Amino acid sequence: MSLINIKINGKELQVEEGTTILQAAKKVGIEIPTLCYMNLHDLNIEHNPGGCRICVVEVEGRRNLAPSCVTKVWEGMSVKTHTMRVLNARRTVMELILSDHPFECLTCAKNGNCDLQKLAQDLGVREIHYQGEQSTYKEDKSPAIIRDMDKCIMCRRCETMCNDVQTCGVLSGINRGFTAVVAPAFEQDLIKSPCTFCGQCVAVCPTGALTERDYTNRVIRALADPTKTVIVQTAPAVRVALGEEFGLPAGTIVTGKMVAALRRLGFDKVYDTDFAADLTIMEEGTEFLDRLSRYLNGDKNVKLPILTSCCPGWVNFFEYNFPDMRDIPSTAKSPQQMFGAIAKTYLAEKLGVKRENLVVVSVMPCLAKKYEAEREEFRVDGNPDVDFSISTRELAHLIKQTIGDIKDLPDEDFDKLMGESTGAGVIFGNTGGVIEAACRTAYEIYTGKTLEKVEFHQLRGFESVRSAVVDFDGLKLNIGIAHGLGNARKLLECIRNGECEFHAIEIMACPGGCIGGGGQPLHHGNTEILKARAAAIYKEDEGKALRKSHENPEIIKLYEEFLGKPSSEKAHHLLHTKYFDKKKRIYIEK
Amino acid sequence: MSSIHIKLKDKDCQTIKEICESFNNDPGELINILHKAQEHFGYLPAEVQETIAQNLNISVAKVYGVVTFYSFFSMTPKGKHPISVCTGTACYVRGAEKVLEELKKELKISVGETTPDGKFSLSCLRCVGACGLAPVVMIGDKTYGRVAPEDVKKIIEEYNS
Repeated sequence: MSLINIKINGKELQVEEGTTILQAAKKVGIEIPTLCYMNLHDLNIEHNPGGCRICVVEVEGRRNLAPSCVTKVWEGMSVKTHTMRVLNARRTVMELILSDHPFECLTCAKNGNCDLQKLAQDLGVREIHYQGEQSTYKEDKSPAIIRDMDKCIMCRRCETMCNDVQTCGVLSGINRGFTAVVAPAFEQDLIKSPCTFCGQCVAVCPTGALTERDYTNRVIRALADPTKTVIVQTAPAVRVALGEEFGLPAGTIVTGKMVAALRRLGFDKVYDTDFAADLTIMEEGTEFLDRLSRYLNGDKNVKLPILTSCCPGWVNFFEYNFPDMRDIPSTAKSPQQMFGAIAKTYLAEKLGVKRENLVVVSVMPCLAKKYEAEREEFRVDGNPDVDFSISTRELAHLIKQTIGDIKDLPDEDFDKLMGESTGAGVIFGNTGGVIEAACRTAYEIYTGKTLEKVEFHQLRGFESVRSAVVDFDGLKLNIGIAHGLGNARKLLECIRNGECEFHAIEIMACPGGCIGGGGQPLHHGNTEILKARAAAIYKEDEGKALRKSHENPEIIKLYEEFLGKPSSEKAHHLLHTKYFDKKKRIYIEK
Repeated sequence: MSSIHIKLKDKDCQTIKEICESFNNDPGELINILHKAQEHFGYLPAEVQETIAQNLNISVAKVYGVVTFYSFFSMTPKGKHPISVCTGTACYVRGAEKVLEELKKELKISVGETTPDGKFSLSCLRCVGACGLAPVVMIGDKTYGRVAPEDVKKIIEEYNS
């Protein structure tokens, strides 16, 4: 590729042909402000519709201002990034955007964490010179995601995530001009669309147009109710991200402080979803080994690969898009639901609490878990196994509202019975982690030997679709891994067409796995944050005395006292589920 | 709220399939495909859009996005007698707006809508090339020139008898 000589603010530099002004400026440390633009380079996601016009710059010899995110450099180009004309234009553009934006900043869920707000501040907007009609749309409240399109600025990042990255195809720009809005087909509510509730649209929304359904007030109400015993479980990815909400660097592990905070919030018991992750491995691993051995013995009724089923966004995805293949994922419930099912039976009995008086709250990096907790099949006589699922962000709000901060809290341990976990449970938070955890246990059960080196480095990494071979003492297992639903789709189509042969496949709906979940602290496009969280997960695993799920003493005890053995009838009843054909028919509602 | 299911007959699905195939199922031809489909069905109900999306292997949201972007595409069935009022410059200055208002009042519908009995639909267009007759109203293929608001009632009655 040839190099091109350009000048930015008088500074000469050489960049590759095809580089945009924005990228070139970044190389010499000049940050041009952007709004609709989004670049998650480690995930190969770039979104530059050139729509908002905030990133305009002056190009010598060009009459009008150039949007730097879509304008490519040419030989001899001379760019000025902050002339008077540019600054005025940016401020005018911002004022026009704000003239059709509700002035609800103080009460908005995104207050203090909003790209639009920050940019208005940075650009020095102190007054809106334009007044006129404001566009209004109906609010769409699903169990997981709330769409308040009055706050939409048409950056269309959500569309890129939904259509290009996740390939769910739920959102599209509709209508034109003033009434234009991003919405599902026929302006249906999300709950009636094939939305998987992965929350990636929420994760990239620069304003309060897309937010999670907030259940913190219901949790506060439950905590205040003296007749209820309220317990909490925390997912693996939460402990490596929660600190960010309190100003700690990304990747800070705050497990102990999080436990202390939850206890001070008034939860009667603080447990660990990692425990349930270990339980998932026992059930999923057993199912895998059973299917594998029958397959190797020539049983034609057995289908491989087995697909992991612990990600509820992924479960929604295949129920909508691949219902014909719903017999290949494992029937094991997700750790959140396994926890709920065991808590409301085994634990309720141990604690001497009636099911209806036990409230199970889960803290998840995920928005799809909210939808999952509401599924009909995860209820007993109307009482849900998991009462409320809140996100990492909601937990941070809850802490800020009550005890303020976590930084000065002591490190405390999870409660006994469902609080012990191994390193295998921890790595569930990373892409490749579930299958690595499964391999640690399946290897020992299959070979009867001790696995000396527990790390399967070939399963780790950030690449979107990966395949690796794991050696089970001579038996070579082909493992596939995909994170992001678009990548999952590729793998599924490949299986459907019989083009690839895997024994087992792990799929996570969100890029990076749960550490990049739709309920995590916003990374504002900085993928270094995701990497730091991923590294922290592996560090937490390394620090664990036990690193294989089947060695977890509380899991051993649970099977001895309650479940019998993995895949027993009782285990099946409580820990496994079935999937539905949810291919949606479109209809108009009048 | 009641939901109306518009069931497509196999024959209709086949027609859509053929239209899509005639454009090699190319998503880039979506607008042309929608034109053909609207020509055939008279409008673009949800199930037609859904079927097109399936054939082209694109999301129905995307199809709907295009349908709602271009004013030519309609999701409401046209009436038995589609009424078009010319609001081009010549007709406009000679009082098309008042004729339109009268039509709206008489039919109790807005522009882009169809009467509940399916008899009339109302739309605007820009210039039919008969400026000498301004203001012009078209009902089906029939052209009415120099229409005054007072004439509206009588014209509608022609079709009600």
